[in-house]
Amino acid sequence: MSDRTTTAQVAVIGGGPAGIEAACALSNNGIRVSLFESEPVLAHNVGNKFKLFPDFSSASELVATLSHKLSGSHVSVHLDTEIVSMEQKGGLWFLTDNYGHTHEAVAVLLATGYDVFDARRKEELGYGIYKGVVTSIDLESMLKAGKLVNVLGEQPQCVTFLQCVGSRDEKIGNHYCSKVCCVTAVKQAIEVKKLSPRTDVFLFYMDLRMWGQGFEELYREAQEQYGIRFVRGRISEAASTFDDRVQIKAEDTLVGQPLKMSTDLLVLMVGMEASCGTKKLASCCGVEGAYGFAHSCSPYLSDNMTDRQGLFLAGSCKRPMSVSDTVNDARSAAVGIADYLKTALSN
Amino acid sequence: MDFGFTISKPRSIEPTEAGREQLLQLEEQVPTFRRCMNCGGCTATCSAGQFTDFNIRKVHNLYRWGQYKELDEELQKCMLCGKCTLVCPRGVNLRSLIIHLRKALNKDHQPGDYQHFIRNNNR
Ligand SMILES: Cc1cc2nc3c(=O)[nH]c(=O)nc-3n(C[C@H](O)[C@H](O)[C@H](O)COP(=O)(O)OP(=O)(O)OC[C@H]3O[C@@H](n4cnc5c(N)ncnc54)[C@H](O)[C@@H]3O)c2cc1C
Ligand code: SF4
Ligand code: SF4
Ligand code: SF4
Repeated sequence: MSDRTTTAQVAVIGGGPAGIEAACALSNNGIRVSLFESEPVLAHNVGNKFKLFPDFSSASELVATLSHKLSGSHVSVHLDTEIVSMEQKGGLWFLTDNYGHTHEAVAVLLATGYDVFDARRKEELGYGIYKGVVTSIDLESMLKAGKLVNVLGEQPQCVTFLQCVGSRDEKIGNHYCSKVCCVTAVKQAIEVKKLSPRTDVFLFYMDLRMWGQGFEELYREAQEQYGIRFVRGRISEAASTFDDRVQIKAEDTLVGQPLKMSTDLLVLMVGMEASCGTKKLASCCGVEGAYGFAHSCSPYLSDNMTDRQGLFLAGSCKRPMSVSDTVNDARSAAVGIADYLKTALSN
Repeated sequence: MDFGFTISKPRSIEPTEAGREQLLQLEEQVPTFRRCMNCGGCTATCSAGQFTDFNIRKVHNLYRWGQYKELDEELQKCMLCGKCTLVCPRGVNLRSLIIHLRKALNKDHQPGDYQHFIRNNNR
């Protein structure tokens, strides 16, 4: 077959934390693994952050550690290679990439991750219309550059965060919670205060979901040490002022006090959605679940397995997940795949 | 009772201006106030709140936003029993907060001036 370019025991689709961790774990057990990543770089969804919750460690260092681990393994890595379709024939999987090449494997790990919610879909919040409205990802770039300025290039007097953008929203069709944005907002609010102590920082929330170790303490620290103002209420619309600031309206729902304020920057905490790759491949294999995420057999004992033989899942292609949960999930997927190979190859 | 929730002029306030300096000052005096997470435990246990619609959580939140109207009068319902301080899960020193609030809202009050409170509660 002329179009068959590679064969491996396991094909890992996605070069984020999930894909890298699982590929390395499998390879260290003597299994032949190919990894495909559509972007020219690994783990771009982590590399675009500055510091990570919960401990403010460097995102680029984490990417470097993961990349180093991968290059030290025997995994055959294919960057710039998007898997566009896949099918199973006679107990083998055949993956087709964007160059029309075919890759053959006994088992496949879907680790195609997430995309952030496109904030332009919430038109009333003015992203892409007003310069002072940015997303949490844009803010990461500013923090990375160590330069926090308003539209006029000055130090901002006020920075305001809005939670749940694109999540928990009937209008958008996403009923779920994106899990990482609450703590990310608290983390970013603290970083803003560290960089610019005289800036007033407000954070508008509907619920504060501080589920992980150290998260609640971080919230407390944000209040106590940094004087960040937490207000329960959702900003329903944003408008521009004559001096290019952003005017917002909300209610402090805890006292019934309507608030109207202008802020230099409005930071939208965009949620996690199934990535295009996740949606496409999950539906192509018939394992598409709610909201386009991939669906596992059971959330309890077989969360890495699917209804398709030899097709496994890891990380945020299933649901919003933090890096540490993703990495643990990837290791557990590797164990499941190794077990599967034992039986599949002995038959 | 009129608690000032029905004002017909535009009600929305600008939180970056209204009460900002006063709030910062109060937080200097009672640093634990910053930690409040609005759970309402203080209101639930409040001795004064058992018999009136006095809501200590609402009072300190209105102060936060510079809404001082009738707050001083409202605070006279508090008997400084300190139960709220005992229950607060975030360790906010509410008793001290109330004393400083009274002082800030009415320059005639001094911290520890219980005369005013006794007068009011004997009425
Ligand atoms: C604003 C924000 C801040 C965050 N901050 C933190 C934090 O501080 N700490 C923390 O623990 N977590 C954080 N997270 C979560 C973190 O980004 C995820 O946990 C992590 O990236 C998930 O890893 P993953 O490998 O499952 O998915 P991804 O990182 O999305 O990786 C999936 C990879 O698959 C590739 N891919 C997709 N489709 C295809 C295809 N068809 N073919 C080939 N490749 C494909 C993608 O290009 C991508 O590189 C944050 C998330 C957001 C939205
Ligand atoms: S984690 Fe917080 S901000 Fe994100 S969707 Fe859930 S509740 Fe909203
Ligand atoms: S009990 Fe404490 S934390 Fe709860 S509302 Fe009262 S002051 Fe705030
Ligand atoms: S000190 Fe005042 S506010 Fe606190 S419980 Fe007693 S009466 Fe209520």
